[in-house]
Amino acid sequence: MSGEFSTLFYKETLRFWKVGFQTVAAPVLTAVLYLLIFSHVLDNHVRIHDVQYTAFLIPGLVMMSVLQNAFANSSSSLIQSKVTGNIVFVLLAPVSYQNFFLAYVLAAVLRGILVGFFVLVVTMWFAPLSFVAPWWILVFALLGGAVLGSLGVVAGIWADKFDQLAAFQNFLIMPLTFLSGVFYSIHSLPSFWQGLSHWNPIFYMIDGFRYGFFGVSDVSPWQSLAVGGGALLVLSAFTLTMLERGYKLRA
Amino acid sequence: MAVPDAIHIEQVSKQFGALKALDQITLKIAQGEVFGLLGPNGAGKTTLISTLAGLARPSSGRVSVMGFDVQTDYRQARRQLGVVPQELVFDPFFTVRETLRIQSGYFGVKNNNKWIDEILENLDLTSKANANMRTLSGGMKRRVLVAQALVHRPPVIVLDEPTAGVDVELRQTLWRFIRRLNADGHTIVLTTHYLEEAENFCQRVAMLKAGRIVLLDTMQNVLRQVSAHTLRVKFDGSPPASLTFTADAGDGWYAMPFEQFDQVEPILLSLRQSGCIVRDVEIGKPELEDVFIRVMQAGNEASQAV
Ligand SMILES: Nc1ncnc2c1ncn2[C@@H]1O[C@H](COP(=O)(O)OP(=O)(O)OP(=O)(O)O)[C@@H](O)[C@H]1O
Ligand SMILES: [Mg+2]
Repeated sequence: MSGEFSTLFYKETLRFWKVGFQTVAAPVLTAVLYLLIFSHVLDNHVRIHDVQYTAFLIPGLVMMSVLQNAFANSSSSLIQSKVTGNIVFVLLAPVSYQNFFLAYVLAAVLRGILVGFFVLVVTMWFAPLSFVAPWWILVFALLGGAVLGSLGVVAGIWADKFDQLAAFQNFLIMPLTFLSGVFYSIHSLPSFWQGLSHWNPIFYMIDGFRYGFFGVSDVSPWQSLAVGGGALLVLSAFTLTMLERGYKLRA
Repeated sequence: MAVPDAIHIEQVSKQFGALKALDQITLKIAQGEVFGLLGPNGAGKTTLISTLAGLARPSSGRVSVMGFDVQTDYRQARRQLGVVPQELVFDPFFTVRETLRIQSGYFGVKNNNKWIDEILENLDLTSKANANMRTLSGGMKRRVLVAQALVHRPPVIVLDEPTAGVDVELRQTLWRFIRRLNADGHTIVLTTHYLEEAENFCQRVAMLKAGRIVLLDTMQNVLRQVSAHTLRVKFDGSPPASLTFTADAGDGWYAMPFEQFDQVEPILLSLRQSGCIVRDVEIGKPELEDVFIRVMQAGNEASQAV
């Protein structure tokens, strides 16, 4: 690690910050709209883990924002650089593939957490929230951001065109996040879907994240940590191999 | 230890599917040279530069820059190299100065403002330092590309068509700057379709055709080897049989190649002695373009001359 890493990280951060209205403010607004609509419809009818629905929903929305924005940051930055050709500036430099990976993933985590933080600050006034285990909150936010940031690197490198990236997002990322218990506890699902959810690493990250607020969860936070950490390790190894080989970046 | 070549390319081939973009290229460029890579569109110039820069991996063969292998020692190799890409690429999020600072950072160079200012000054970009890249004209974007290649003071500078789409004034500025860099010890490798530029600036050239080097020599030899000076004379009367002129398009002009300038006088003398009256004389210098066209047309014969 050296000037290369910090510069690439700085550049990636500056990039989204310069268009913060799109990259930070807009997703915060989206999350708040979700909250307003769902809590209006469901708040008086549903309690989960003995928690009022709106309160249950807030951590889910915060985590969803972290995940989606982390993915969006690395994937859109990479595909833009590839399509416009300016990725060449990084490729010409002596930036190691490990530093490349770290810089893109950490900038993605930063944007995810920034958006998540603002979503939390805005939505926490709508329902009584507790913060039973703040460290778990932070750990799962970081972990979730890193997993999706890394997936974003894979998608951004794999996709040649914007519509391929959109397909990746619509057919993989969206189903995985929406079917992970953002809006509900998976205990309320039919057993088939419950079983399926246990194969979704994002479920564990949202469940563990929620544990940090309420101290209750579908599975133990340690198990969630193990699954999330395992997912990050496998994905990182995969992404690093891809980068080392120069897949789609170096002819 | 011997001084390493600035660039050492050994038996490099590059295959794109069925297409052989580079075919067994071997090329050494010494430190301090100004070297021209010439060839028609699609000859493989950019591909060769890409293998130097690590943007493309050769299918076989080895490449090193200042003695560092571009694959096994890629970090060192890339520090030695500044590449100006052919395509006009830029990052629309940043200003000119931000772009140059970021590029310095990628090379681990900190506090580079003084050198950045100097480059900006030399490329006539100072007034645009804080302009967003998007707002620059094409020629200015090209200058920023040149500036980006220089931020880390690389000993070897490779310019892929640096003067494409650039106005006369900048072209001169650019060449002056490149000359200065060369005088300071930088090795320069460039491609251009303006053969006159190559003729003026390159000490040595390689001509590529369909992925192969068909001619590799010093500029002097290249100009001498295939073409000579041409004496063009306009006269009244018929020339003596001892002189073999080629008649130009019937407008009274005759042409004859010659090697040394001391041959000119005797030619004119024998014209006069046989009663011809000389009306006009021109001396044509050998032009790279003639060589280029001849070599490209007869690629196969010329390749044996390498
Ligand atoms: N990534 C690639 N995939 C497939 N073919 C390629 C690729 N890059 C280059 N080629 C082919 O390799 C050949 C050499 O291309 P290259 O860009 O090196 O030519 P060039 O000499 O730089 O031409 P120009 O003067 O037009 O810039 C061309 O036939 C080109 O179509
Ligand atoms: Mg080219």
